[in-house]
Amino acid sequence: MNVLMFLIPISIFLGSLGLLFFFWTLKSKQYDDPEGDARRILSGLYDDAPPED
Amino acid sequence: MAAPVSACPACDAAHIAEETAGKGYAGNGGEAQRIILSLPTAHCAACIVGVERGLATQPGVRSARVNLTLKRATVETDQGVEAQDLADYLTGIGYEAYELDAGVLSSTETDKRSRDLMMRMGVAFFGMMNVMLLSVAVWSGAAEATRDLFHWVSAAIALPIVAFSAQPFFKNAWGSLRVGRLNMDVPISLAIILAAGMSVYETANSGQHAYFDAALSLTFFLLAGRFLDHRTRAVARSAAEELAALEVPRAHKIVDGEEVVVPVAELAIGDVVRVTPGNRVPVDGMVEEGESEVDRSLLTGESLPVFAGPGEMLNAGEVNLTGPLLIRVAAAGKDTALHRMADLVAIAETSRNKYTSLADKAAAIYAPAVHLLALGAFVAWLVVTGGDVRVAMNIAVAVLIITCPCALGLAVPAVTTAASGRLFKRGMLLKSATAMERLAEVDHVVFDKTGTLTEGDPKLDNLGDHSEADLAIAGALAQGSSHPLAHAISTAVREAGIMPAVVREVREIPGYGIEAMVGNDQVQLGRAEWLGAASIVRTATYLKIGKRPAVAFTFTDALREGAAEAVTALKAQGCKVTLISGDAPAAVQDVAFRLGIEDYRAGMLPEGKVAALEELSEAGATVLMVGDGLNDTAALAAAHVSISPASALEAARVVSDIVLLGRTLEPLGDALATSRKATKRIKENFAISAGYNVIAIPIALLGFATPLAAALAMSLSSITVSLNALRLKGRVK
Repeated sequence: MNVLMFLIPISIFLGSLGLLFFFWTLKSKQYDDPEGDARRILSGLYDDAPPED
Repeated sequence: MAAPVSACPACDAAHIAEETAGKGYAGNGGEAQRIILSLPTAHCAACIVGVERGLATQPGVRSARVNLTLKRATVETDQGVEAQDLADYLTGIGYEAYELDAGVLSSTETDKRSRDLMMRMGVAFFGMMNVMLLSVAVWSGAAEATRDLFHWVSAAIALPIVAFSAQPFFKNAWGSLRVGRLNMDVPISLAIILAAGMSVYETANSGQHAYFDAALSLTFFLLAGRFLDHRTRAVARSAAEELAALEVPRAHKIVDGEEVVVPVAELAIGDVVRVTPGNRVPVDGMVEEGESEVDRSLLTGESLPVFAGPGEMLNAGEVNLTGPLLIRVAAAGKDTALHRMADLVAIAETSRNKYTSLADKAAAIYAPAVHLLALGAFVAWLVVTGGDVRVAMNIAVAVLIITCPCALGLAVPAVTTAASGRLFKRGMLLKSATAMERLAEVDHVVFDKTGTLTEGDPKLDNLGDHSEADLAIAGALAQGSSHPLAHAISTAVREAGIMPAVVREVREIPGYGIEAMVGNDQVQLGRAEWLGAASIVRTATYLKIGKRPAVAFTFTDALREGAAEAVTALKAQGCKVTLISGDAPAAVQDVAFRLGIEDYRAGMLPEGKVAALEELSEAGATVLMVGDGLNDTAALAAAHVSISPASALEAARVVSDIVLLGRTLEPLGDALATSRKATKRIKENFAISAGYNVIAIPIALLGFATPLAAALAMSLSSITVSLNALRLKGRVK
């Protein structure tokens, strides 16, 4: 039974970490253009892409 | 602008665009200005890159960012960069673009609200999952102290989360109760509160059943429905603002002999404004100076330009064609004929607002039925058990929870989101929430001609009747003019591969035509009266060479892209099609014949159009009106549902339920098919949630419902309803 004393808080803690990450994504406006963001991965403009010329 | 720390390639795309822009940018470090462009046809990754890269190459552009969801580009530029130039450039490289008035767009408000809903949804989901984890342990046999512990932990998670996440429902429910009405939020709030409250009581008395997970999943699913609903509306609303922003109202005012660009709103009666050829007259007023021809097609449906000279009254919305005009303002802004018309229309519109949507109808039946049922269960079990309030209450709560208001809450928004998303992708914007349902009922479509079925853009049609020499001269004369007929002639001559003749002393006489010298002969191209020619009934202009009698060049109005497809598709779906126009009979007959429309009426005044629509609806037809001009606005408002193209006058767009964002009419057929499908799906969804209730309610009434059964019923019905709605995303035919 004692194991529950650890597991329940741990599970809730991990869950709240996920929730915090969700808040962060929300704050950084990552849901403003779902359509565009889905398409952008197809474009060549990556952050660390070799320079194109 | 500092580059934000970014974790996604998307953000960096903008960043790169920004850098690229920096290279071509030559200083002028003043404050940036923000330009917003509408991109009705953008739809893929290539479009995003093409637009952003293309804009970045333009001088003065600091950064460009495309939002594909809103089909819009936001551009940061130096002061003095003209939005129109950027839009023209994009159109030139193949992306249809229009300038938007950044001042009218206020997307921040709606963003905040949808972010708020999303936050509550996230919190509810977190709670639902954690409590569900504990509940699974209880359902699989945890007993006694363990079960009580789990219930207490659940309560500790659920209560604060319900209090936070379900606030939108509580607020709405309280709002409607205060004015003595029932809406969907009342049974929802009641079910959530009772489920949570009852569970706390049961937990305190170490009871077997606690419904914390049900309270939370109810909140989550309903928030999801609410969010979808809001998102659809927000996109529609921001796009509607966008349409208002399409007509950037500026005028060239003459102050002490100098021309100043001012917003139309700042013009006063008595001011003088200059209207150059090709521009729209911004105010009602009298021509002070200059002669020209004006295109009244948006106001009256006439496809032929009308002469305008000093003393002539012009109305806002007309387009100046040939010569510059100075106009003394007689009425501006809200007082123009254009706006007065819009006011009249507002009255006609209220009748349409009385339309009750399927969702409202369902809620009107559902809410009282569920309350009566729960109350009935409570009373009945009170009697059966001889006054055991706890058992009776438990069963009443189970009934409230298990009647699946979440399936009902998702039934409509899930479908409308899928359907309006589909229509938006095809370039159609639903402005009104009930437009889709009303569109589905349509069985008769009425079209306007000029500017709707046709481009309002004439094409020369008797090229073969003229000798090559005549055409060469006509082409040379027409070259320099911006008059639509002249433009049509020069295009046709060029396309026929004929070199324009050499002409001297070309002079455009605004309002009449063009004259020049060829060899020793005077040549003239213009109006019949000016050349002393006998005028014919068709749209025509005349060429006179020396002393020879004038010859006529005749024109037909080119059909709008997709007009034929739209008419065919509508007919195939069982709609009658009628053409009602303010134009001359010959022109109307011609267009009707080319599109295969048997039923047409010409020379109709605005009142006549309304009367014709009323006649049709009295005969039992449900009418869709498609029109663009001021002469159509009253008819658009009177019809059961109405559509206008983005090129329509603002007044016409305001009264329309649906606006076509692109140039083509082709999506009309799909719009009808999609709306019919959508309405069918909504009804199916109601049937599905009713079906669940037929099984679930007797179980709950008999007292066999457990939290597990409630959770299953709730999730299953919500998921089926959503999946059914998603079927719309596929092919429609």
